[in-house]
This record gives sequence, C-alpha cells and structure tokens, in this order.
Amino acid sequence: MTNRVVVTGLGVISALGHNGCEFWQALSEGRSGIAPLEAVDRTLLRFQNAAEVRHYDAARYFDEKEIGLLDRFAQFAAIAAREAIADARIEWTGELRQNTAIVTGSCVGGQTTEDEGFVNLYRKNIPRVNPLTIPRTMENAGASRISLETGVTGPTYTISTACSSSNHAIGQAFWLVRNGAARMALAGGSEAVFSLGFLKAWEAMRVVSPDTCRPFSRDRRGLILGEGGAMLVLEPLDTARARGAKIYGEIAGFGMSSDAFHVTQPSADGAAQAMRAALADASLALEQIGYINAHGTATPANDATETAAIRKVFGAHAARLAVSSTKSMHGHALGAAGALEAVATLLALDRSILPPTANFNEADPACDLDVIPNQARRVEIECALSNSFAFGGLNAVLAFRRVKG
Amino acid sequence: MSNEELTERVRGIIASTQHLPREKVTADSTFQELGIDSLDGINILFAVESEFNVNIPDEAAQSIRSVRDVVEGIAKLLDQGEGGQAAVQA
Repeated sequence: MTNRVVVTGLGVISALGHNGCEFWQALSEGRSGIAPLEAVDRTLLRFQNAAEVRHYDAARYFDEKEIGLLDRFAQFAAIAAREAIADARIEWTGELRQNTAIVTGSCVGGQTTEDEGFVNLYRKNIPRVNPLTIPRTMENAGASRISLETGVTGPTYTISTACSSSNHAIGQAFWLVRNGAARMALAGGSEAVFSLGFLKAWEAMRVVSPDTCRPFSRDRRGLILGEGGAMLVLEPLDTARARGAKIYGEIAGFGMSSDAFHVTQPSADGAAQAMRAALADASLALEQIGYINAHGTATPANDATETAAIRKVFGAHAARLAVSSTKSMHGHALGAAGALEAVATLLALDRSILPPTANFNEADPACDLDVIPNQARRVEIECALSNSFAFGGLNAVLAFRRVKG
Repeated sequence: MSNEELTERVRGIIASTQHLPREKVTADSTFQELGIDSLDGINILFAVESEFNVNIPDEAAQSIRSVRDVVEGIAKLLDQGEGGQAAVQA
C-alpha cells in the first residue's frame, strides 16, 4: 500500500507566539522573537539572548495537578497537539484512535525538572526529589501525554537525535501513514531547556551568539537557543479529501544519513546524502525544488557547510533556489526545530510566501545562495525541502509538495 | 608568574588534554601542527580556564591557534586580574 500523505492540522507554540497564526504572522513579517533571556540570571552567562516562549501561563492549559505531572517541554507538546487536532477537525472514533500513531522528537526532554531536582539534592542538601521526576524528565513524556489526552492507542514513541529529532519523528510518522501501518499520525516535537546548567553547557561549546542569530550573514557569530513545540496531523490524501479536510500540503519524501565524520563538525557529504535521499524518496527531480528551509543555525561551520552541500546536490539549479533560515526568528529549538520548520515550510508553500532570513547584514562568499534576506517573498513554489543536521552527524531532510485544490 | 613558567604549565595542560608526549608540544607549536581541531581547542581552553581560574571570551577564543596564543592570552587575563569567576562580556 502506498498512500500520498498530507498535513491537515498544525499547532505551534514558540518564541513567535502561542499558536500557529501568531507564528506565521511573525515569519511572514520577518519579525524575530529573539530577546534578552528571562528564564535564568543572564549575568551568569556569556551570551544574553534567547528565543523563549514569553508570557506563558501553564494554568491557561492545565489544572494544578496536571502541571505537577508535566515538565514545560511536555506541556508544549500537548498544547501544540491540541491546536493541531482542533485545526484538523478530527472526529475521533474508536477505530481511528487505535490506528493513529504519535511520534515526537525531543533532545533532552524534561531537562529543567531534572535540573531543579539536582539543585535541591546537590546544593540545598534536600535528601529527596519530586517523586514525579522520572515521568517528567523522560523524553517520551510529550508523546505519552498526547496519547493520554486523545485516547490514541496506536504506535506511539519518541525519537532523540539532537537537532534532527523532530524531522526524524515527522519522517517516521510519514512512512507509517504512507505504508498504511497507521491511518493517521500526530507528529512533531518539543523542547524547553532554559536551566542554568544546560545553558552553561552550550556556553562551553562557544557556538552561541553574543548578539542575535544571523544565518548566512558574513558577520554571523553563532546560534541562539530557542524553545517551543509544534505538531502536525498527517493522513492519507484520499481520506483528507473524502472528509473535506483543509490540506496544508503534502509530505512527499523523507531522507536520512549519518556523517561518520566528527562529533560536532558537520559534513557536506553527509548533508548532501540526506537531501538526495529525501528527493529520491519523493521521486522528485532537482528542478522541482524551489525553496529550502535550511538548518541554518548561523554558526560559521554550519552555514558554509550547508551551502556546499546544497551546491553538491543541486549543481546549476542551486542558483535558482531560494533558501532561508527561520531560526533567525524562532531560534534553535533543538528537538523541536524540525517541527517548527516543517510548519513554516508547509505554510510557505500553502500561502506562496517564503519567510526570510532575518537579521541579515552582509553576504558571505562561502554562503553564496539566494537567502531571502530580511523580507519575505511572494512566489509560488511547487516543492520544498526542510533540512536538519545534528550534532553527532545525524541528518534528516523532509520534502514537501504544494497541493492545489 | 614568569613567561617561562606559564609556558611550561600551558605545554603540560595541552599535552595532557590531547594525550600527547610533552616533548611534542613546544612553545612554538601551532594547533594545526599538533592535530588539534576546533573541538579539541575548546577542551584545551576549558582546561586552561579551570587551571588558572580565568574566563576566556568567545571572541578571544576564536583567534587562539597556537601554544603561544594560549600563553599570551592567559598572561593578559592574569595581568588584568581576571583570576576569578566573573563573567566577561565580549
């Protein structure tokens, strides 16, 4: 069985707002959600800015008992899933619940819960931690919560591949629906990592920008960390049409690779292999791709390597590609990055508006692609790629196609 | 601390961090000659920061590419009285 798989619902909570509408509004206006860090005392850090979910009140979404059960990252997953499900107007039946898959991505799960427990134990010498620490910290807490809220009993699991987690999750969910193992899937990811310990770990790697995130710009100085969650509803095209669902676009293909090169430095060959794999899985010709939502972290290494990889894959057609990094606006949300970017790419295809690379100052000869600097662009695109290239050399690329009518 | 003493301590830290024989790490060695990549470089700076209780800003870290660069960087920080845990804004 081979189904064409489309996306019929979207949900996002991010630095750009608490829902998909606010997310897209900011992206299309080239507006960044990067601002001074509030979650921790930023005088203790070398870097000062982050893309946090601001003015977030968990009590708007969960009662007190539920808040006790859920780390911030799992809350984000659940909130995004609720929005996506409502957006898709899913009418749950017993049979649909049994045959729906839930696949989420997260780098470190309930990291802030764990951090709080450690502070209590190691610094405050309180000899016990919250008994819910394990269920709150486990990376699958988001997926489990979504299952609990929806009553979905189908294949449910979480993938953790650093910055590629959500792309891997969406890709796997896509394959489940394509081959008929699941009638529907909820796929995406979430991350919430703003504890001092974790931020110190990033500081130590010297890859975080002291000002803002400027992908592909000659004066780029590193990434800006973000948080949030995004979820998609995936179902077969036929089913979606039969029930008159709103179709945002099609997931056409998914490709993966491992660099086998270096634990932190990226490889153009590895990235190229993943892009080629996605194109092959989608049976797409190079010339059909009009836009790439780049991994584009704004580290000196990634952006140059990603440019080289794109050129390796696309050859002469690279000159006709539009490439942008929306991390310039929503930050690098780690395990949620791929999911946020999938939403951005789908909406770009659906609305025929390509989000820009914000904060762009000066062209870098090593990143000599059309990076849609600072201003969104109105153009109809047939197909797009969304790239995720993670530490440990794990690459995951999704291919999307516009669905007309 | 004299320059010689500082150099000796830095040589020792680099040799130890990189698991190299000490004779290989000279006062004139470049990171490239010693096969030290960017991640190794970060580890070396971490060890050096811990040893001397200084804070090397990211901006300065990027231009450190030799044993001499490390020694000069530390000497400057120690002269400025940077032996402490205060974060320095780049």
